[in-house]
Amino acid sequence: MTTKIASQDMKSLHFNPRKPALTTGDRVVGAVSHTALSIWSLIVILPLLWTFMSSFKTSSEIFASPFALPSQWRFDNYVRAWTEAGIGSYFLNSVIVVGSALVIVMVLGAMCAYVLGRYVFFGSKAIYYLMLAGLTFPIFLAMVPLFFVMRNIGLLNTLPGLILVYVGFALPFTVFFLFSFFKSLPHEITEAAALDGAGEWRTFFQVMLPMAKPGLASVAIFNFLGLWNQFLIPVAINAAGPRVLSQGLAAFAGQMGYAVDFGALFAAVTVTVVPVLIVYIIFQRQLQGSVSQGTSK
Amino acid sequence: MTSVKAKTLRVGDGASAVVVPETAPPANKRRRKPLTFDKISFFVVFLGVPLAIYIIFVIWPFIQAFGYSLTDWSGFSPKQNFIGLQNYQKLFADDVFMKAMGNNILLVIFLPIITIILSLVLATLVTVGGSSKGQIKGLRNSSFYRVVSFFPYTIPAIAIGIMWGQIYDPSGGLLNGILTSLGMDQFKSYAWLGDKSTAMIATMFVIVWGFIGFYMVLFVAGIKGIPAELFEAARIDGAGRFRTAVSITIPLIRDNIQTAYIYMGILALDAFVYMAALNSGGGPDNSTLVMSQQLFFTAFTKGQFGLASAMGVVLAVATLIFSGLVFLVNRLTGGDKDVSL
Repeated sequence: MTTKIASQDMKSLHFNPRKPALTTGDRVVGAVSHTALSIWSLIVILPLLWTFMSSFKTSSEIFASPFALPSQWRFDNYVRAWTEAGIGSYFLNSVIVVGSALVIVMVLGAMCAYVLGRYVFFGSKAIYYLMLAGLTFPIFLAMVPLFFVMRNIGLLNTLPGLILVYVGFALPFTVFFLFSFFKSLPHEITEAAALDGAGEWRTFFQVMLPMAKPGLASVAIFNFLGLWNQFLIPVAINAAGPRVLSQGLAAFAGQMGYAVDFGALFAAVTVTVVPVLIVYIIFQRQLQGSVSQGTSK
Repeated sequence: MTSVKAKTLRVGDGASAVVVPETAPPANKRRRKPLTFDKISFFVVFLGVPLAIYIIFVIWPFIQAFGYSLTDWSGFSPKQNFIGLQNYQKLFADDVFMKAMGNNILLVIFLPIITIILSLVLATLVTVGGSSKGQIKGLRNSSFYRVVSFFPYTIPAIAIGIMWGQIYDPSGGLLNGILTSLGMDQFKSYAWLGDKSTAMIATMFVIVWGFIGFYMVLFVAGIKGIPAELFEAARIDGAGRFRTAVSITIPLIRDNIQTAYIYMGILALDAFVYMAALNSGGGPDNSTLVMSQQLFFTAFTKGQFGLASAMGVVLAVATLIFSGLVFLVNRLTGGDKDVSL
């Protein structure tokens, strides 16, 4: 959305016959702005580049000089990180857990938001505020009791348990954002669907859900980032279970005191960072659009 | 006369039907329909399933935490003795916990303000850095900066922590490498995270690094939402860029700033991931220890679940007080009087 506007501006700039000349003040401000923003971009990019470069070095090369390029582009750091350190299986676990939780929370969240946004019944307001409360309290408050809830139902240290808890904690955000979205969809469409003989189920899945796609996409992106980055929940209720990526990465870094394999650590960090970064660069227009959507409401 | 009134009334009715559909006649008609299987199953599944998961895994633990905090439960013993507020007394007499709380307060004071000021400055540079003549527009080619700035937000916090832990590494780290190559030899093997005087600042820098870009993008979106006419009017009235930023932009994106402040504050009260990654033991002299770390240690290493729950309650109360303060300050400084769009 915003990038579109910016590119339109750029176009009109080229074709504008009355293009005003830049004053000296403008040039100075432009130069200062570009300098400040370039310095900031360097601060962002340098650590990432350095991590990437170091992931090809041996430990002794890393200690010899932090800047030198690796003597050869070797991938054994990646091989060790992927197999010996188990990053490969952690990655797979993360994909399974985050993927399942994301699908479930989007479906359940959309259902719940739809009912709360379009029907009024006894207690609907109360349920809405209950959702808001879940957004306000810190996750830490729930950790100890949650541990025992999971133990009592036998899902402690299992991936299905982790998925359910992820769904629970992502639900209030999802409902909260989709609530206003469903509320704004026109009521005539529901009536038209009812007249055409569609039941409640059909109306939702075949009429309302497709209409809510833009909202669903924004919420899904933020839920994905939030769940992919989640650290506290897995270390608390999945400490002895099959590890997810963030948890495995921490465990790997924690062992480092004993067996120093910095090259593999950098490789592990790179493996964690790069996939999401690539997806972000592909979808960045959409994502920046959803940030603006989220704030304008 | 009366017919006009009747007309306007009808229009008013229509508008209220759009805004509050539940009071509109169709809703009443719907209610009179018999309950079919379709309808019952719809409500049970659509509301029942999400609510069940939410209550079991989120709300119920939240409520239980308050109960546990009043017991001396060690988790694995069947007995839970009610000991009233003793856990809380113990906490407030505990030097380590008070130190952790002090560190959290330090974070809550500095993190939001630094992050928000820096991201506001960057967002302003991007949006009003363009020409002062003609159409109002942002800095040229600024989308590159926005894309790059958002990078850290896509990286898991634990990876950010580990990465910066290596950058701060005394002997092989990037930071000391840069500083010594610039001729500052005193930093040759300086342990940024190992020295009491710099551990906290270095840690704060990492968190700020991780969030500036996100809030910058958020503020840029907010600023782009302001109609260009307002900026044009200000310019015609003779306001320069700085004046425009202070008197037009900031008041108009005030709500965004408040939201950002609260989010950042809640993060500062937690900060668990960053602290655990950079200095898992709490840092030199506990200089980077925070309440959440202490809670985790008390619960899952020492097994004092009652005491840990009390820490959770303290953390929750601190969060609520903080949010309330931000709302109050915003209100007192005239937040509600401002023109909203």
